[in-house]
Amino acid sequence: MKKVKVKLHFPRKWLGRPLISELITKYGIVFNILHADISYDSEGTLIAEISGDDDSVNNALAYIDSVDVKYKLYNKSIIIREEECIDCGACTAVCPSEALTMDSNNKLRFDKEKCLVCELCIKACPLKIISTEF
Amino acid sequence: MKTVAEINERIKNGRAVVATAEEIIEIAEEQGYRKAAEMVDVVTTGTFGPMCSSGVFINFGHSDPPIKMQRVTLNDVPAYAGLAAVDAYIGATELSTTRGMEYGGGHVIEELVAGRDVRLHAEAHGTDCYPRKEIDTTINKYNVNQIYMYNPRNAYQNYPAATNSTKRTIHTYMGTLLPEFGNITYSTSGELSPLLNDPYYRTIGLGTSIFLGGARGYVTWQGTQHNPGQKRAENGVPVSLSGTLAVSGDLREMSTRYIKAAIYDKYGISLFVGIGIPIPIIDEEMLAFTAVRNSGIITSIADKSGNVRLDETFTYEQLQSGSVEFRGKKVKTAPLSSIGRAREIAGVLKEWIEGGRFLLTEAVEPLPMENKINKLEIRGIV
Ligand code: SF4
Ligand code: SF4
Repeated sequence: MKKVKVKLHFPRKWLGRPLISELITKYGIVFNILHADISYDSEGTLIAEISGDDDSVNNALAYIDSVDVKYKLYNKSIIIREEECIDCGACTAVCPSEALTMDSNNKLRFDKEKCLVCELCIKACPLKIISTEF
Repeated sequence: MKTVAEINERIKNGRAVVATAEEIIEIAEEQGYRKAAEMVDVVTTGTFGPMCSSGVFINFGHSDPPIKMQRVTLNDVPAYAGLAAVDAYIGATELSTTRGMEYGGGHVIEELVAGRDVRLHAEAHGTDCYPRKEIDTTINKYNVNQIYMYNPRNAYQNYPAATNSTKRTIHTYMGTLLPEFGNITYSTSGELSPLLNDPYYRTIGLGTSIFLGGARGYVTWQGTQHNPGQKRAENGVPVSLSGTLAVSGDLREMSTRYIKAAIYDKYGISLFVGIGIPIPIIDEEMLAFTAVRNSGIITSIADKSGNVRLDETFTYEQLQSGSVEFRGKKVKTAPLSSIGRAREIAGVLKEWIEGGRFLLTEAVEPLPMENKINKLEIRGIV
């Protein structure tokens, strides 16, 4: 089993094949879209989590490489020094993916699965307790 | 009707009934205002938010030979020393001369509260009575003579939410605001907030004893920009910028759990200050005031780029829900002040009072109910 987080970069006026359904049918992987910002007239990005057995994931990535779409693997992840967190919520203001939210008890909740590693929260935290880990 | 003296008697005997400003909402709903007012003696409030107008007075003690300090830095952060020889004031937002926006007055204050050593550098021109011209040493909260917080403006009664109308991200003391009304931030503890529970300052005034940064402190004056004349909703709660408090307390007794430095990206340094104020339930009207809920507190919204005048208003219940409808779209809302820690402060103050360790003080003078906010006009210099 392998699970990777990737950012796909679609060129402007992408007229390629229906990439995602191809990946799913050809390689039997699970393709979970975390964030998409694509339109015909401009460059687009799509952040997704691809999982499946090792070979399928590797082959799927190789296939993406062979078409006109570039991809970048996320090898970092966000860590929050939770014991120092005061639950102020400033980081939730900038988080584009709802990875950081306030729960009904006004406590910070971090959903790692949804994180796009955009690093916006690192600067937004007034206590500077968010960082990345390789 | 109860007097503060009667309530203090009950506190001393360990019989006072105390509820936090959140708990009182349910009690009032179950019992009705009149019965709840008879039952409950004190309601405790709390807030823990970034408060830029904060700082600390220090008297360093005299060296041998002595110095009349003129330029003072603490860990390379300038402090104001235009006072007597070894008195200085360090403000929360002052920036380090060597590390810029990474470190500032707020950090120095937090280090002092933590009991750590801080580097003191002072220069002087030297006088007959104060011959020394320079000094380098370290100080901490134990080896100075006095070290007390004096915050000219804290505990804003109501503060407008913030957003950004421009096409680029802006960096403000209200956090990072995304383009085209991409998010809304707000800073309040809402129904837990001190002055929102005593909207007409009936019990909070000069001399009121409070929780400040984990220690006992006092309301010492009206806060700067105190604006009691703000428009109010039917329940008496102001709908935008209004009352403020100047507060003071002994830094030696404070804790870093309730005093924390903050850095706002590309804006600068601030200080999270924890404040809790007990409200004596002297009559049914006070009980009704303290039973205020987030759904009954309205605030305005400001475009922090300064371009667009916004007339929308929101309740704190709406803002706390995580998103609001704004200009035809769903906009994410985010807090800046910690409600969790505000709740904790109200709880600690409640314990202090229940345990007989904290008596209430009656205000020696009320806060003004009339005050005009002046604009700074740019006038020709003669
Ligand atoms: S890096 Fe931070 S802001 Fe970006 S998605 Fe992850 S949690 Fe949210
Ligand atoms: S901004 Fe920092 S301190 Fe505030 S809730 Fe987020 S992680 Fe915690």
